[in-house]
Amino acid sequence: MYCEKDHWDWEPGAREVADIDSWKSEHSYVEEVYASPDGEKAAAVVKTEEGEFSLRVNDATWEPSFDRAWYPRFAPDGRLTALVSSGGEWTLAIDGVLWENGFDFAWDTRLGADGAHAVVAVQRGGRYAAAVDGEAWEDDFADFTGLAVSEDGLHAAAVVQTKPFGQADIETFQQGCYSVAVDGKVWDRSFVNAWNPALSPDGVRSAATVRTSLYDYSIAVDGEPWKASFPCAWEPRFNPKDGSVWAPVKTPGGWTLFRDGERAWKKDFVELWRHSFSPDGKRVAAVVAKTFGRWTVAVDGKPWSATFGDMVTDLAWSPDGARAAATGKDKGRWTIVVDGKPWPASFDRVWPPVWSPDGRHTAARVKKNGSETVAVDGRLISESFVKVFTPSWSPDGTKLLVRGVRTAASAGRAYVRSVVSLSEFLG
Amino acid sequence: MSQVALKKETPVSDDGMLKGAAKLTPEKIRETVRKVLDGETGARLKTYAAMCARCGMCSDACHFCLSHDRDPAWSPAGKVKRTIWELVRTGGKVDAEFILDACRIAHTECNLCKRCAMYCPFGIDVAYMMLVMRRICHKLGVTPQYIQDTAHSHSATMNQMWVKEDEWIDSLQWQEDEAREEMPNLRIPIEKEGADIMYSVIGPEPKFRAQLIYQAAVILNASGVDWTMPGTPGWDNSDMCMYTGDNEMMGRLKRAHFDTAVRLRVSRIVMGECGHAFRSVHDMGNRWLGYRQPPVPVIHAVEFYHEILKQGRIKIAKKFEGPVTLHDPCNIVRGHGLHEMAREVVRLTCDELIEMHPNREHNYCCSAGGGVINCGPPFKTSRVVGNRVKAEQLFAAKARGAKTVVAPCHNCHGGLEDIIHHYGLGMDVKFLGDIIYSCMEKPE
Repeated sequence: MYCEKDHWDWEPGAREVADIDSWKSEHSYVEEVYASPDGEKAAAVVKTEEGEFSLRVNDATWEPSFDRAWYPRFAPDGRLTALVSSGGEWTLAIDGVLWENGFDFAWDTRLGADGAHAVVAVQRGGRYAAAVDGEAWEDDFADFTGLAVSEDGLHAAAVVQTKPFGQADIETFQQGCYSVAVDGKVWDRSFVNAWNPALSPDGVRSAATVRTSLYDYSIAVDGEPWKASFPCAWEPRFNPKDGSVWAPVKTPGGWTLFRDGERAWKKDFVELWRHSFSPDGKRVAAVVAKTFGRWTVAVDGKPWSATFGDMVTDLAWSPDGARAAATGKDKGRWTIVVDGKPWPASFDRVWPPVWSPDGRHTAARVKKNGSETVAVDGRLISESFVKVFTPSWSPDGTKLLVRGVRTAASAGRAYVRSVVSLSEFLG
Repeated sequence: MSQVALKKETPVSDDGMLKGAAKLTPEKIRETVRKVLDGETGARLKTYAAMCARCGMCSDACHFCLSHDRDPAWSPAGKVKRTIWELVRTGGKVDAEFILDACRIAHTECNLCKRCAMYCPFGIDVAYMMLVMRRICHKLGVTPQYIQDTAHSHSATMNQMWVKEDEWIDSLQWQEDEAREEMPNLRIPIEKEGADIMYSVIGPEPKFRAQLIYQAAVILNASGVDWTMPGTPGWDNSDMCMYTGDNEMMGRLKRAHFDTAVRLRVSRIVMGECGHAFRSVHDMGNRWLGYRQPPVPVIHAVEFYHEILKQGRIKIAKKFEGPVTLHDPCNIVRGHGLHEMAREVVRLTCDELIEMHPNREHNYCCSAGGGVINCGPPFKTSRVVGNRVKAEQLFAAKARGAKTVVAPCHNCHGGLEDIIHHYGLGMDVKFLGDIIYSCMEKPE
């Protein structure tokens, strides 16, 4: 099976890719740096001349310049995207090439898993839609929020306004003026509110949390609400394998997980959200509060014993679905918790854990004493950075790609990519 | 409490309340009251109801009562007696007329300012009881039209002013462009993941008071902190659903706000000069979600200004001229004890501070808070007339030389401006950010 990562440079050692200081000598204005997934490119919004902005990528600057450029993000395939405007017209630029269509505003870039397709929210003449690879939906709407995109980046859904209502017209609002549009086509039914639209992995089916009155919440799938209604509900998610729809809902006993309108977990919690399926769809975990103010992860309804006072987030399954990890924060200190066991170290800040391909190790971007670096199973690599990006594992799981901006020997700043061999690091 | 009540009721003219009340039946009222009292309250409400000795100590704590010549009908105990106590006593056997009256009292004649809780010998929290009454009104569909519309905006957009996703980002970029006329390389960093600070504001800032975003950007840039603002819903820290009794929406709003900060992985949220939003993140919204404290630390603008001034991150070029007086916003003073910090910021930035009395945690509310100003035009007169004592306070400060009122809270601004206009006081109202921006050394 083709793996993009097989073609990355996995030779151990550090390599300076871009001298950020030289950028600053060439441009009077340089924003924060972004790194490509393979670590070979660094990019930032820069000022090219007064009132003109563009994207600096390693030693080159995009040929076109713009009145404004923002939200630079690398796609998974290494192409650089940015939202740009010239003469009041907005569009998406990819590696310096602009979509043919322009809009009065464009925002919220989303990229498919392989980076081949891009979706942005757009507004033209006060009407709203999603644009997929530059083509806006045929139908547009008076309002648009909560963009959701399928895994392949070819399908988009959003909450849209379906009926007009005047200022302070609370009666019409409560009759239901919102629904979900999928690829521009609106569900048959409108609701008082709709939130958190979700698409099945193939983008064919859709679901959202809905409010049918000010007091009744449910989950609508392809526009049809579950028979059961609840005093509150959070975001629905599709099981990636069997297509069932799961959502946290509030019951008289507390929060629990429902599947296709029926109770899935026996246990109730003080809070439950951010549920996540294992890659094979056989297991589901969620962030829960076991008691007021004590947070952990419950896997298939069973909470871990370790709890955190501030919060738990960033649930991540190992590739084989056998293990789960999350970030936890207690008394202001962050760590990673794996299968209920916290790392033996804590940090000022921690970013989401990344599993090794064999599911034996977790790595994460961490911040400690003002510097950023990468930790594996709680142990820090030797290098420290001003800023580091999410680490990546080599396909065989023996090495780690660390990308970061560090203080160079010249006391300036440089962007480096560094491949760390796990055997050297963990001994 | 032996004084005869003088209060004369004017008929409710609010469309939202009237239409909601018209749909009520005795059965629906009883059922709803029972569900809320049995399912959502407990020992706290029962204890408060049982403990009140009807001593009247709360009367002198309430600006409404003081402004109506101590008419007991306006006293906190009097208001509770005519609302939630009657529902507890009768088990909800009341008619639609009662609910209409109770809604008016709970929503427009109590600012939930908690001053009375300090004066009650038992510490009875009348604001809590008024919120239970508002919760029942919400469940009955009897809520003032304008604040209900604001709650609708919150639910549809996650902000209180119907600001659409692109309008928000466009407003930030517009203010950045404006500010670059003054500081060419100034930036309002949107969606800068990993920044130290997420700066959050309330909906009226992009809608009506965009200059506050401009000023904040100048202050944040000059102070050299690493900051960002979200480019997604979740940017608005305000929460009128907390005041309409729509607790589920309150939780959804706070979750959006906290989740945004967690997604951006900032170390803390700095919020602009708003009082009720602080109550929502620190006390009510967070706890409805199951958080003991906010998952990401939140500091109020007063704390942030104090920090950057004391650390010398910004310097004051010339102090604000002319004596000022300081209004203590209830939610950050009684609610969080920021009164001395606010005074220190004023002393560091202004020539002279003239105190109003009573002050600090004993301050009089602006009468706009607690969602009262958000109930809109039908209740403006009663709100302003009901705070004559604040006008007298302001007048006394003015008589001693104060020309400017510093109020580090949005609702307080609205309330004080209305009072100043109604009573012809001729004073300016300013945010601390206005003062700092106008007096600070600005980098080129």
